[in-house]
Amino acid sequence: MRYLPTRYFCLIAVLVTLALAFASRLVTNDYFFFAGYVVLQYVVMATAWNILGGYTGYVNFGTAGFFAIGAYSAVVLHKLIDPPLMVSIVVGGAMAGLVGLGMGYLTLRLRGVFFAIATLALAIVLQTLITNWDFVGGSRGVYIIRPETDPFGHPYIQYLFLLMLALSTVAVCIARAIEHSKLGYGLATIRDDELAAEAAGVPTLKLKVIATVLSGALMGMAGAPLPYYVTYLDPASGFNLAFAINSIAMPLIGGTSSWLGPVIGALLLATIQQVATVTISSALNLLLVGVILVVFVVAAPNGIVGLFERGVRARRRPAAKKEAA
Amino acid sequence: MLSLLVNAVVSGLLLGGFYAAVSVGVAISFGMLDIANLAHPAFIILGAFIAYILNTDFGIDPVLAGVLALPFFYLLGTAIYQVYYYSFERRGEEALRGLAFFFGILFITEVALILIFGVDYRFVTAPYIGPSIYIGDAELPLRMLVPFMVSLVMVGLLQLFLSKTFIGRAILAVSQDDLALKLMAIRPQRIKSIAFAISIATAALAGSCLIIIQPVEPSIGRDYIGRVFAIVVLGGMGSFPGMLTAAMLIGVMESLTATFYGPSWSPAVAFGFLLLTLAFRPAGLMGR
Repeated sequence: MRYLPTRYFCLIAVLVTLALAFASRLVTNDYFFFAGYVVLQYVVMATAWNILGGYTGYVNFGTAGFFAIGAYSAVVLHKLIDPPLMVSIVVGGAMAGLVGLGMGYLTLRLRGVFFAIATLALAIVLQTLITNWDFVGGSRGVYIIRPETDPFGHPYIQYLFLLMLALSTVAVCIARAIEHSKLGYGLATIRDDELAAEAAGVPTLKLKVIATVLSGALMGMAGAPLPYYVTYLDPASGFNLAFAINSIAMPLIGGTSSWLGPVIGALLLATIQQVATVTISSALNLLLVGVILVVFVVAAPNGIVGLFERGVRARRRPAAKKEAA
Repeated sequence: MLSLLVNAVVSGLLLGGFYAAVSVGVAISFGMLDIANLAHPAFIILGAFIAYILNTDFGIDPVLAGVLALPFFYLLGTAIYQVYYYSFERRGEEALRGLAFFFGILFITEVALILIFGVDYRFVTAPYIGPSIYIGDAELPLRMLVPFMVSLVMVGLLQLFLSKTFIGRAILAVSQDDLALKLMAIRPQRIKSIAFAISIATAALAGSCLIIIQPVEPSIGRDYIGRVFAIVVLGGMGSFPGMLTAAMLIGVMESLTATFYGPSWSPAVAFGFLLLTLAFRPAGLMGR
């Protein structure tokens, strides 16, 4: 099947982003920006998770850890020099990428399940470190006073929303670019049969580490604006298990084989949650996410995109038969 | 100073004994059957809450409550294995989706317990919670000693079961070569189902031990994930003696850390061990 070259895809993505950004200027209700920020944050998280989880087949349960590294990097920078938010995002991403590099190098040589367990434990240990670190507030948490307005005089929440919109475009473009690149094909061979890939000369460890670093860095970048969004951050909320379950559930529900799955999953699940948190209790809606995740991995292994593709193929087949006859 | 050290080591050993009870289920499911049951700690918390209900509402001793819950956990384990087998193992998709499945179960159990019981700490009452016996300088709190004993008895019985009975040997066989087992006219799936059910059943007793040692709230299960897998990997996957050694080692290290650096650091100990083991000796201390 022919596909759109990456540069055209990115061009379209940028145009869509700009259109959305201008359309959002028409919205006057601030709640829209608060809710939209969370939805977009999950688009970034789900896309980032899928680079390692979906393309490579290595499960990262420590998403909350990478996310919190970004958030706490921003807190540290804010306390030290109070740089522009863009700088914090880059630094947060770099820190999370570094942790991904270390983790990946130590554990990716083994079977995938060991990596998964190590990431799960990583989140817990990072939480221990942050809880014991008084400079960033320890277990009491830390207050961040965010500016009233952005550099252009708009309310700050709109600025955060636009930043997250840009970040999600970057994430989706990276994911899409990987899909049809040498790296992406290499990752796919690892997912399908790592031993065969290794035998065929694919530098598996190198590719896996690259995927982990990219994925971790994007999560860190998604986490960096969090302190400015919530204005009060404590370890329990920064490392909330909800981040982990959501960023795994969204790609798996949407479909892990392409960039589209995580985006669909994130838009759908995060929007439902935004509505449900207001209407029903937030614990109950997390329970729902867990149940939906289990139902999907058991009953629809290829997610919504997979269901849709199966539907299309089933419709095409009778048509093709008719033509042949 | 010396008595502080002695006490830290003694309570570490007691703690390690309890960790063996927590890890033995994962040593069976992950070590022998290659099923990465991340949800095991959640079942332990479930066991702790069952012990809590039986203890506060009916005045049943927590250890006895754990024993009473065994058959229910066995059935629960059988049911989960059926779903796991038909959805993942048979399709050869256990790596990604199987892990996500157990993660989902972990999450559902935790949130369901929070919805029912809230996030308050719950505890049980029993005559052995409170008093201590002393050997020289060393203090042996009975609330640590009883779970230690229960754990050793449980691990010992399981070891006997595995090495002496037909089913036990079949379980060891399936962990080594399930094709050979098929050729001997035994269905590996059936043996695995029994073994997995036993592994979940151990969570009932481990849970009642947990709530004897410390007050329990639904989300503390997470602290045990890193610990449990660290112990099983360090112990060389399926080996019980290796697992006991690793559990004691981690128990003592955590206790020393808690005594000399403060208890808030101790969760980092198990992770440190896990990472070092995976990086330098993935076969574990006594790996085959």
